[in-house]
Amino acid sequence: MLAEKQSTEQNFEPLIVAFCCNWCSYAGADLAGTARRSYPANVKIIKVPCSCRVNPTFILRAFLRGADGVIIAGCHPGDCHYTTGNYFTRRRMTLLMGLLGYLGVDKARLRVEWVSAAEGNKFAEVMTDFAGTIKALGENVKLRDLRCK
Amino acid sequence: MRKHIAATVDVARVAESVRSIPDVAFATDYRYMCSEGGQTLLRQAVKEHGLSRIVVCACSPRMHEATFRKAAKAAGLNPYLVEIANIREHCSWVHKDKEVGTAKAIALAKAAIAKVRLNTPLTAGESPVVKRALVIGGGIAGLQTALDIAEAGYKVDIIEKSPSIGGKMAQLDKTFPTLDCSACILTPKMVDAAAHENITIHTYSELEKVSGYVGQFEAVIRKKARSVAVDRCSGCGLCMEKCPSKKAASEFDEGLRTRSAIYIPFAQAIPNVPVIDREQCLKFQADKCGLCAKICPAGAIEYGQEDELITNKYGAIVLATGFTTIDPVRFGEFGYLHHKDVITSLEFERLTNAAGPTQGKLVKLSDGKKPKSIVFVSCVGSRDTTERGKSYCSKICCMYTAKHALLVKEKYPDIAVKVFYIDVRTPGKGFDEFQRRAVEEYGVEYIKGMVGKVTEEGGGLAVHASDVAAGTKIVAEADLVVLATAVTPSSDARKLASMLSASIDTDDFYTEAHPKLRPVESPTAGIFLSGVCQGPKDIPETVAQAGAAAVKAIGLLSKDKLLTNPCVAHVNETTCSGCLACEKVCPYGAITADYKQVNSKGLKERRLIAHVNEALCQGCGACSVACPSGAMDLRGFSNKQIMAEVDALC
Ligand code: FES
Repeated sequence: MLAEKQSTEQNFEPLIVAFCCNWCSYAGADLAGTARRSYPANVKIIKVPCSCRVNPTFILRAFLRGADGVIIAGCHPGDCHYTTGNYFTRRRMTLLMGLLGYLGVDKARLRVEWVSAAEGNKFAEVMTDFAGTIKALGENVKLRDLRCK
Repeated sequence: MRKHIAATVDVARVAESVRSIPDVAFATDYRYMCSEGGQTLLRQAVKEHGLSRIVVCACSPRMHEATFRKAAKAAGLNPYLVEIANIREHCSWVHKDKEVGTAKAIALAKAAIAKVRLNTPLTAGESPVVKRALVIGGGIAGLQTALDIAEAGYKVDIIEKSPSIGGKMAQLDKTFPTLDCSACILTPKMVDAAAHENITIHTYSELEKVSGYVGQFEAVIRKKARSVAVDRCSGCGLCMEKCPSKKAASEFDEGLRTRSAIYIPFAQAIPNVPVIDREQCLKFQADKCGLCAKICPAGAIEYGQEDELITNKYGAIVLATGFTTIDPVRFGEFGYLHHKDVITSLEFERLTNAAGPTQGKLVKLSDGKKPKSIVFVSCVGSRDTTERGKSYCSKICCMYTAKHALLVKEKYPDIAVKVFYIDVRTPGKGFDEFQRRAVEEYGVEYIKGMVGKVTEEGGGLAVHASDVAAGTKIVAEADLVVLATAVTPSSDARKLASMLSASIDTDDFYTEAHPKLRPVESPTAGIFLSGVCQGPKDIPETVAQAGAAAVKAIGLLSKDKLLTNPCVAHVNETTCSGCLACEKVCPYGAITADYKQVNSKGLKERRLIAHVNEALCQGCGACSVACPSGAMDLRGFSNKQIMAEVDALC
């Protein structure tokens, strides 16, 4: 029984959604590709104009639908293409993390990272690390709404 | 090895598996979608299958979105009915396993299909272009860019923060590898720029604020108070001669000489009008003196002058903010602070310059005597991965060090010259030949090895270093040690970057829109990059890039109108409650409020409704998230579209 559980744990392939802002992080992901810096295929990217476009409901929806981790990547603070967007992101996501904790979802399942267009390596490192964290956390069962599928 | 998408993604299977999705009328694979053939295929498919939406699974939309939108338009579709699934950079190129790659590509394709279903036809608006450019920085890069733009017939304003244009190149003695005199080739350009009818130069000025967007920037320039009336001053220099406060370190001479409180930085300065350094001036500090006002024959001294703010509109902005060098104090082992005879390369330039503090006589700073031996240390702070240094190669140091070494030997063959280096990097026309000449013809001794420390010994200096070739430690005597300090971007680069929303890298160099294909453009439309502010460069490269930046700016200025981004915010007037949470988060002031007659739950009522000014909106989407009622949405990235992508992926 235990052995079986362990093996499913090892085979567990988390589903990770990455929201990347067009100007920095999406370009950073492009650069990771151009430089062939690989990271786990669990990470699937959705392009948004700015990290501040990410509505907390998108994230909750992803969790409800069975995402195991959600990561938002934007420009470094001070470098947002729209000047102040990522400051809103930072504040909003801090609040959302509090809410997730309250709901009983490990807040490590949501991460905010700043990756510039020049940081292809960092993009790959961050995604690899996040995928590792989520794999260790295991499946997201708490928020999953089975009717969603 | 560079491979196609197909190497790690089974593209036929991707096409196969999306074919069965409802609404998908046609799916196929093709080797080069961005080629003419691929686009023809796309046009034909639209016609044959009556397609109303297109998803292209290919490379990053940052590469070819425009190409495919154009193809859609050619096929009679609205260009915004196209979505790209990035299965190259975000999939094939980062995943090695074909099974894994294929599965992810299918997922990405499905997300794009889910989104494109909800795409709506959008039409780009038009916005006019102000036919005037702003160049920030008056060094060789900025001057060249400005001259090229002006020659094409457009007005250009240059702002330079120091009292004169000329930049770093004005400080240099000779230039490598031709050894022509730096000032002799620079000053004619300075004069040309100053005399050009299309160029306005604002020296001693800084950018205060910028708003607007490509074609329509509005800049506020702060012209700092010179305390001297530029139009009346004849540049006679009497004031500088008579000024009793003469203890300030001359910036132009790298502190190797002092200057008066009222000063012109160097003889060929443009404008040839002094400025009062208020920190040093007795009139400003102690309300004494006032001598310069008394003796000025033109009555040009104006102690009461205040900073002036000038507001102007520009179509394009060129960043040419140049560089400075890393502070050698960070590297305590070289003893820059403790030994007078440890100097930087830029100080060395002033020391060997005929117009410099010693009239070009090479002397030790400690006692004014001629040195018998000189050690040059390259890579001070460059290629240094520790916290205190810079990991990049500063590119120009190998060559200017070879130049310095050769020039010393040429003038004083009896001085022993050693160069400590990590590698000698001399790619460039005539560069390697030049460095070899220094070694073979002039007997400069190159030693591969790092310098550990510099100490004082027997009245001179001792350079403790390793000799990699011999595998030993050596101590070299030196009367003068010259540090080739790393090139670093100008200290205000980051401030300007945030003011202009231009991207900047972790070393504070401006980032280009594409490292290969768009090297002189910032990712922010209408902002161009000229010279070292983008990365270390020598003079010919700087001039070439400055010209390229000018061409890009001219291309923009030559247009009468630009198409605007139609992916902007819009309000659903019936659900908007008029709370104006959106207005508070908009960085562009694009949201205003109007009283409007609206239909609310069958009732007609007049109430406050948010209004988006589409010309100002840049499409970040901050408002759409701040809106509590979901009335504010973003075209092209609507709530429903993003939600559909989430649903498709999860
Ligand atoms: S554009 Fe990247 S965070 Fe705003």
